[in-house]
Amino acid sequence: MFIFLVEKRGDLMSKPTSPRIWQLAERRYRLIGVKCENCGKIFISPRKICPNCKSTKLIDISLPRKGKIYSYTIINAFPSERKNYGPYIMAIVELENGCRLTAEIVDCKIEDLKIGMPVELTFRKIGEESESGIIYYGYKFRPIS
Amino acid sequence: MRDVAVVGVGMSKFGELWDKQLRDIFIEAAIEAINDCKIDLKDIQALFIGNYSAGTWVQQEHLGPLLADYLGISPKPAMRIESACASSGAAFYIAYMAIASGLYDIVMVGGVEKMTDVPTENSTTFLASAADREWEAFLGMTFPGLFALMARRHMYQYGTKREQLAMVSVKNHKNGSKNPKAQFQREVTIDDVLNSPIIADPLTLLDCSPISDGAAACILCSSDIAKKYTDTPIYVLGSGQGTDTIALHDREDITIMKSTIEASRKAYSFAHLEPKDIDVAEVHDCFTIAEIIEYEDLGFCKKGEGGKIIENGETEIGGRIPINTSGGLKSKGHPVGATGVAQVCEIVYQLRGEAGKRQVSNAEIGLTHNIGGSGSSCYVHIFGRKKR
Repeated sequence: MFIFLVEKRGDLMSKPTSPRIWQLAERRYRLIGVKCENCGKIFISPRKICPNCKSTKLIDISLPRKGKIYSYTIINAFPSERKNYGPYIMAIVELENGCRLTAEIVDCKIEDLKIGMPVELTFRKIGEESESGIIYYGYKFRPIS
Repeated sequence: MRDVAVVGVGMSKFGELWDKQLRDIFIEAAIEAINDCKIDLKDIQALFIGNYSAGTWVQQEHLGPLLADYLGISPKPAMRIESACASSGAAFYIAYMAIASGLYDIVMVGGVEKMTDVPTENSTTFLASAADREWEAFLGMTFPGLFALMARRHMYQYGTKREQLAMVSVKNHKNGSKNPKAQFQREVTIDDVLNSPIIADPLTLLDCSPISDGAAACILCSSDIAKKYTDTPIYVLGSGQGTDTIALHDREDITIMKSTIEASRKAYSFAHLEPKDIDVAEVHDCFTIAEIIEYEDLGFCKKGEGGKIIENGETEIGGRIPINTSGGLKSKGHPVGATGVAQVCEIVYQLRGEAGKRQVSNAEIGLTHNIGGSGSSCYVHIFGRKKR
């Protein structure tokens, strides 16, 4: 019973609840970022103030679908929401316009991985709230074949 | 601003303290700090507690009044301060300001974390909350993963070798083997590190600090009354804080922690000292790569040369600048909210000459460096045997 409670608490903590999914769903589904109209800096996460030039003129933009790997790792110790996974690849991807984001790399052999490797956007399942809860989706990247 | 002194320090054993509760561990450290100087419990005017996430690990928030109650100092003021793994570095900073400003004359500052009551994967998840939940952790990123990205990039940009990362673990385990409070009091070899299970490639288990329980506490007072309470006050010479982006991918160069540069430069300038003046330092080696990056960002060597100075033995006890004589987070253990104040304890032992088999000879000036998250927050403090 004790173990059961602990497991449940871990699950509640690690899995977003529905509002947190839909608040960002459109941005994640369509890969929408923000661009500072003053200095041109681009971010994956929405902001109201540009940390670079302090301008408040940030507008939504559609981000490029292609980029290259800036750095990568293979995760072997999993968080609770992925405890049934095998090792998976995580990377910082630099998109064609210079914007960087964190994403999983899929459909890629580990021996092919390297810094600078060209990758493209793919739309995938990220996780699920619970067996009966909503499934959530988002961006991952794969090698350009 | 008044000068501030540390007059008493105390630590629990760090490790897997399965038979103890969070409050027991903290009170153990607090009693040791009280007994370390001639201060009576009733002299303490306020309590500042660093803790990252007791609410998730043991479902207990509101640690300020809880620990003040169990310390027997209610109704005195008490508060809990959070800055991820730098929570008690942050608490120390607040306690320092409270005395320096003249608001209080004597306070206790401590840190505590109880992490081993849940399965490891839950701790992995809780720790990932110190990164950007929506734009890193949501997508599958973990804490070791973030530092693995830094390691891979550091190796790519500067030619840092995998073995050089392992040498940090070897050195810190060697130091920790001489620390009776450390979680792992045993030495490891480079091969042990390279052959231990992969956590986030290229980092293996022995590149990572452990999941730990533990607490640390110190008593601070205004420097003009310090000699009343101890014959060996240790003075705070400098204090600095800095921040960096919450998400690693938003940094121009992930091999640099701007928070460390900002915090250390403020602390050096406050103390009128330079990196070469530091005799001993406790730095935040949550992962081996972190210590290498910190050598550079704290100014102990040039950017990109961190791998070389560990290989040359410059950071060993007896070397040019001994780092993590306590065993560091790697070997001493990393109960995250306790780490910042535990680092202060080690520097106080070193400057008093009480560090036993791991003593650095003639240590006059010491530094502590504590980061939160992937270096998103940083607290640096400089200590000396003599007043500024």
